[in-house]
Amino acid sequence: MKSPHAIWQEHLERGELAYQQAPEGRAVFFPRVAAPGDGAPLEWKLSRGTGTVHATTVVYRKGEPPLNVAIIELDEGFRMMSRVVGIDATDVRIDMRVRFRAEPAGEDRPAIAVFERECA
Amino acid sequence: MSTKRPARVAVAGVAESDLGQCPPGTTPLDLAAQATLRALEDCGLSLGDVDGLFCSSAQVRFGPMVLAEYLGLHPRVFDGTQVGGSSFMSHLAHARLAIEAGECEVAVIAYGSTQRSVSRSQASPPDYNPYETPHRPMMPATAYALAASRHMHEFGTTREQLAEVAVAARQWALLNPNAWEKEPLTIEQVLGSRMVSWPLTVRDCCLVLDGGGAMVLTSAERARTLRKPPVRVLGIGQALGHSSISSMPDFTTTAARESGRDAFAEAGLAPSDVRVLSLYDAFTITPVLFLEDLGFCAKGEGGAFVQGGAIAPGGRLAVNTNGGGLSYCHPGMYGLLGMIEAVRQVRGECGARQVENCDIALAHGNGGVLSSQCTVLFGSDAAT
Repeated sequence: MKSPHAIWQEHLERGELAYQQAPEGRAVFFPRVAAPGDGAPLEWKLSRGTGTVHATTVVYRKGEPPLNVAIIELDEGFRMMSRVVGIDATDVRIDMRVRFRAEPAGEDRPAIAVFERECA
Repeated sequence: MSTKRPARVAVAGVAESDLGQCPPGTTPLDLAAQATLRALEDCGLSLGDVDGLFCSSAQVRFGPMVLAEYLGLHPRVFDGTQVGGSSFMSHLAHARLAIEAGECEVAVIAYGSTQRSVSRSQASPPDYNPYETPHRPMMPATAYALAASRHMHEFGTTREQLAEVAVAARQWALLNPNAWEKEPLTIEQVLGSRMVSWPLTVRDCCLVLDGGGAMVLTSAERARTLRKPPVRVLGIGQALGHSSISSMPDFTTTAARESGRDAFAEAGLAPSDVRVLSLYDAFTITPVLFLEDLGFCAKGEGGAFVQGGAIAPGGRLAVNTNGGGLSYCHPGMYGLLGMIEAVRQVRGECGARQVENCDIALAHGNGGVLSSQCTVLFGSDAAT
């Protein structure tokens, strides 16, 4: 049997953004063994990968370029922490439309889910 | 609303340990023990009277066990609830139940931290979260910055308004001889300081210092026979909203809405009754959120509420009269120090920063990343 995180990470390594759905249709994230609130069984789904920036910040570390960290609200109705890449960290705005991309982290490191600004 | 809960438990003694920068080799337990002895001295009790022990620290996994060993105590009731900076409000709630039930008579809540000496990353390494940590947030500042960004977006809150919180804290700190910061601070200085996690600069973030504190609780009857006037526990509310910031249900509303509602209901009081507030100011956004969620202003109006020195000395509402975590002391889990200040204000022993006729004070604790919220209302015997 695979853990919820292992299943999620396997999808991500294939370029897919997975989430879970409760019986009544509610999207659940982060992955877990049962639905919060009622313990109902959860079904894996694949997100279309489109969403909006819900909250955003720029992290400043000594000797590093500014780093965007954002909360993304996916169109299926769940939120996750990620980064908006491909534009200046300080240009990321709340309500900006974004699209998911799996970013290979290289070597032995697992892929991570990032977002790019969606072209209008 | 529920009926008023009888206030049968009182704070008899309070004390801080040494604060700021401690001598090399000082342990969190040294500070918790020092504060405990000072708090017992404050009320005229001794270690032999203590039969309830409550303790937690980010650096100590088994709080009550190690402090009992250190002090040679054999408590009948003990608890080390760890929900971050609001843990001590939870300890107070549990101690109150134990005293009311006759399970213990004299309870000590104690805390110590050496996070300045050993560094924050050593004292309180964040838990690994596979859905957050790979994105390299600078925790906890990034979590509070994300909440602040949402508040700015939804309500037009400005960085200048957030800076007002830091400036007010500094003005109070200048009236507190125990405060770390000794120099004035301006809005421009806050805005121009090193950016940590936008929109928060280093001056929007709390201090990283060593420190600790302790509080002695007993029945109101017994407290009346002791050295200092009793300060009654009028109401407590506790609520958990989430744990990780990505799971916060609403980024501009905290579970303080529930904890405040419950505390006021128990006490039979309203925000307009409160003379002094200790609001956990880990970052400048937090007092803004708590003023709203505890009912001191409407949702979204916290930024405008704090403008123009409104929570500074001489303002319309006295908030964080010790200088808060921003300018007085922040050892990592500040909640106990906020309660100590509220108790001292009710006693009327705050010197230059004393607020007149302070018969009722509120202390609000925050733990995690706006996660755990606990509110306590303290009052004088006359206010009961």
